[in-house]
Amino acid sequence: MSKHHPVLSLSQLSIRIGEDDLVKKITFDMYPGEIFALVGESGSGKSLTSLAVMRLLAEGLTIDPDSGIRLADIDLMAQSERQMQTIRGKRVAMIFQEPMTSLNPVIKVGEQVAEVLRLHLGLKSKQAKAKVVELFNEVGIPDAAERYNWYPHQLSGGQKQRVMIAMALACEPQLLIADEPTTALDVTIQAQVLNLLKQLRDERGLAILFITHDMGVVYDIADTVAVMRKGELVELAHKELFFERPRHSYTKQLLKDSIPQVRQRVLQQKQALLELDDLQVHFPVRKGIFQRKVADLKAVDGVTLEIAKGETLALVGESGSGKSTIGQAILRLVNTKNGQIRWLDQKKGWVDLGSLKERDMRPYRKQIQVIFQDPFSALNPRMTVLEIIREGMVTLQVGSQDPVEQEARVDKLLLQVGLFPEHKERYPHEFSGGQRQRIGIARALAVEPDLIICDEPTSALDVSVRAQVLKLLDELQQKYGLSYLFITHDLSIVPTIAHKVAVMQQGKIVESGTVEEVIGRPQHPYTRQLLDSAPSLVKQRIL
Amino acid sequence: MSLVFLWTDLLIWILFGAVVFGLHSIKKSKQARKQWREIFESPIAMASAVILSVYVLIGLTDSIHLKFNQENRWAPAGYENQVLSPLDLSLWHLVKNQERTYSAPFASHEYSRSILYDENGQVQQVYRPLKFAAVHLENPDNRQVLWQDLIKKSGIALLAAFLLTLVVFVFHGYFRVRAYVKRDIRVKPKRLPWNWGYLTLFLLLAVMSILYYLSHFYHVLGTDKVGEDVFYQAMKSIRTGVVIGTLTTLVMLPLALFLGISAGYFKGWIDDVIQYLYTTLNSIPGVLLIAAAVLVMQSWIAQHPADFGSSEQRADLRLLFLVFILGMTSWTGLCRLLRAETLKISQLEYIQSAKAFGMGGMHLIYKHILPNLLHLVLIAVVLDFSGLVLAEAVLSYVGVGVDPTTYSWGNMINQARLEMAREPMVWWSLLSAFIFMFILVLAANLFADRVQWVLNPRNS
Repeated sequence: MSKHHPVLSLSQLSIRIGEDDLVKKITFDMYPGEIFALVGESGSGKSLTSLAVMRLLAEGLTIDPDSGIRLADIDLMAQSERQMQTIRGKRVAMIFQEPMTSLNPVIKVGEQVAEVLRLHLGLKSKQAKAKVVELFNEVGIPDAAERYNWYPHQLSGGQKQRVMIAMALACEPQLLIADEPTTALDVTIQAQVLNLLKQLRDERGLAILFITHDMGVVYDIADTVAVMRKGELVELAHKELFFERPRHSYTKQLLKDSIPQVRQRVLQQKQALLELDDLQVHFPVRKGIFQRKVADLKAVDGVTLEIAKGETLALVGESGSGKSTIGQAILRLVNTKNGQIRWLDQKKGWVDLGSLKERDMRPYRKQIQVIFQDPFSALNPRMTVLEIIREGMVTLQVGSQDPVEQEARVDKLLLQVGLFPEHKERYPHEFSGGQRQRIGIARALAVEPDLIICDEPTSALDVSVRAQVLKLLDELQQKYGLSYLFITHDLSIVPTIAHKVAVMQQGKIVESGTVEEVIGRPQHPYTRQLLDSAPSLVKQRIL
Repeated sequence: MSLVFLWTDLLIWILFGAVVFGLHSIKKSKQARKQWREIFESPIAMASAVILSVYVLIGLTDSIHLKFNQENRWAPAGYENQVLSPLDLSLWHLVKNQERTYSAPFASHEYSRSILYDENGQVQQVYRPLKFAAVHLENPDNRQVLWQDLIKKSGIALLAAFLLTLVVFVFHGYFRVRAYVKRDIRVKPKRLPWNWGYLTLFLLLAVMSILYYLSHFYHVLGTDKVGEDVFYQAMKSIRTGVVIGTLTTLVMLPLALFLGISAGYFKGWIDDVIQYLYTTLNSIPGVLLIAAAVLVMQSWIAQHPADFGSSEQRADLRLLFLVFILGMTSWTGLCRLLRAETLKISQLEYIQSAKAFGMGGMHLIYKHILPNLLHLVLIAVVLDFSGLVLAEAVLSYVGVGVDPTTYSWGNMINQARLEMAREPMVWWSLLSAFIFMFILVLAANLFADRVQWVLNPRNS
């Protein structure tokens, strides 16, 4: 097929549920060997568009009959469900965000790929196996012949995603739809998967429809960028043009939000508030019928840190590095094995929180609070916003205990975090992710803490919402002199928020210092690796 | 006249109070009110709820026991020192009108021939006429006369049923109008299918009042071996079914909630102990355990007759004991479910946040875990209800259920077992028990279905 015939051509695609248009008259073409990034926030209709191409829309959603979807020379709108089955997987393939749930856990990964080959290409078992090993080699799975017989749980997240890619490529499709394929992965692995996709595009002339909300990823991988907002295509441009001269105001804002703002942040005075000294947290590994302890999992293995008043310390590391465990140890949600958590009490001087009994810990609970990653599980669905925010005031006896005054204070807190007093009678499910995160912040603020442990508070949010939440946290810090322990895996937000950075790997701090020191002149190889894997859009700005 | 409190009466009224209190708290919570509204948006749920409430109402009127002294103007004739409920009083004509033996529904003569000597001293085999049925008719053998009488009387009863429904409609209408006037104009909730509720109520009342009115003139569902009216038996059995279906959950719930949440929340050795406990209990066949316990109790009652006042009290205690045993053997399923859910919930971040506020132990469980388990509990209770009613029937059939003197569908079916082998067959006992039980179980199942559908978060 010639390079000048589009692989995928959408014209006036509309998707509606009942009377509402969820996707409004989208038109674009994709050519062989093109990586086409479809960008937008959650709910913008980007995933719906890709599902419409596969004709896999959920029940109740209908494609407008005037829409045109053409795959090379086939009119997909005119295909019967039976004909679509031969097209899916064979000519259009798809990979998903969550490799954990896309693979069947009880079938060997090699078999799962071979199955596709047998089904679509009619290969015999032996040929199929040989082909699978070949594919595994192509997508960079080491010891391919050996891994053929492994089960999904034995593979790492990145390898599972590679298996998914191998499965998608098995029948040599013309078009690959990648729906946020790297969102669930750590930065280093994300970089590897992106490289793999680019390499496959070059070798096979594959067209890739890449759906993402991450501008950094777009900058690294895309040839063409399309931005969707509320079901409409607001901008469509080549990558270079797109990043140089965004036209639509929404796109401009999106780019501004996703590129880190480097700010010099200097503390006026430095007075230590919290010190961790050789902190160790071990989790017992139990086995056998009597649950005997056979080993220790060293989640935190000798960490020494210091946070000053009004300072933000960013704790950076990949998943499983033990960074969240540190936060939980400070809150005494897990027990420490060794080391000290020293907290500066206004009256008593330094107190070791790690050795306190629960009752003695109570006065410090109001000084240290926490906000969480997932705004959907952080709020009790059976309580109103008022009850949620008031809970800490009642339990910890903060402020007036008079219900009317407490309610007035809740009103004030809601205004402070950018919500309205009339929201207080509602239940959490009536709010969006960003609003929920604000409620979580209000809940923490209600007890007037000195330190807030922010456990990945923005990683589940869209970029523009993320920028708003970070701004809110910053304002609160300026106003009340709060300290933050900001736990994150996302390097790009570090320069925006932090005074200091500590990089964590396998339970240990490998490097720490001011933001300029660590990001500008990384010493440890792991820090350098992390920075290298960061999207180049981010790198350009922060280095 | 004095009130007599049987143990099951006391418990069922306590449970009734608890349910009323629960409804009150539902009224206060916006979220719960919305969910219950959604449940009743289905016509089937509405109809089932009407049927269930009528059953429960009958069960409740049968759960007040009165003992009459001499000289009481309310007391029916022949009441001497009997313990009676309002239901007994309203069906007193059936207790009084006992025949000699089997008779078919609406029959005017006995079902089998008996030997009689006529004036000449000749032996004759005749169908003797019934003492209390169809005696107002001059010629009850004439089918046409019988039908005319039935239709005429049914018409009167139907009219009564219609008027009764109208009374309920007007009474309820007052509240509906008031709610409509006070409504929030901005929200437009879906209309509840009241018309289905009224239709069900009317049908139910029609059948009931026809049966009730005709029971003054006929044995509408026939009589059993000793001539007792089957309609009376079936009505009295309602209480037994409702008691077993509801009280058992009262025994089961605290156990399942306490153990399930403890296991899931505290984990560690507490979890191990509770898990071993319910695994052990689960591995003993349920019927075997129940049979053994009932037999032990039977022999104990037989050895200590002095501890029980009357035969009513003895029968009641046996019912209570059965409830207790059923409760002890049926908590494991819900417990397992609650443990798993608690394990999941206690990992969620709002629990961690509550812990960061220094909350712990019972307060945290009450505030954050229990409310998030309630939908499971409710689903389990409604689903278990019909299972328990059926379990009673099975156990009584096997002979390890309620006391033989207690009216229950299980006992009716058990007695009907031999009657089925007769020629000609006596079918009405079995059929009546079956239909009364079937309607209750079907309504409970349909209602449970809807509750589960609405409360299951995966369906929204």
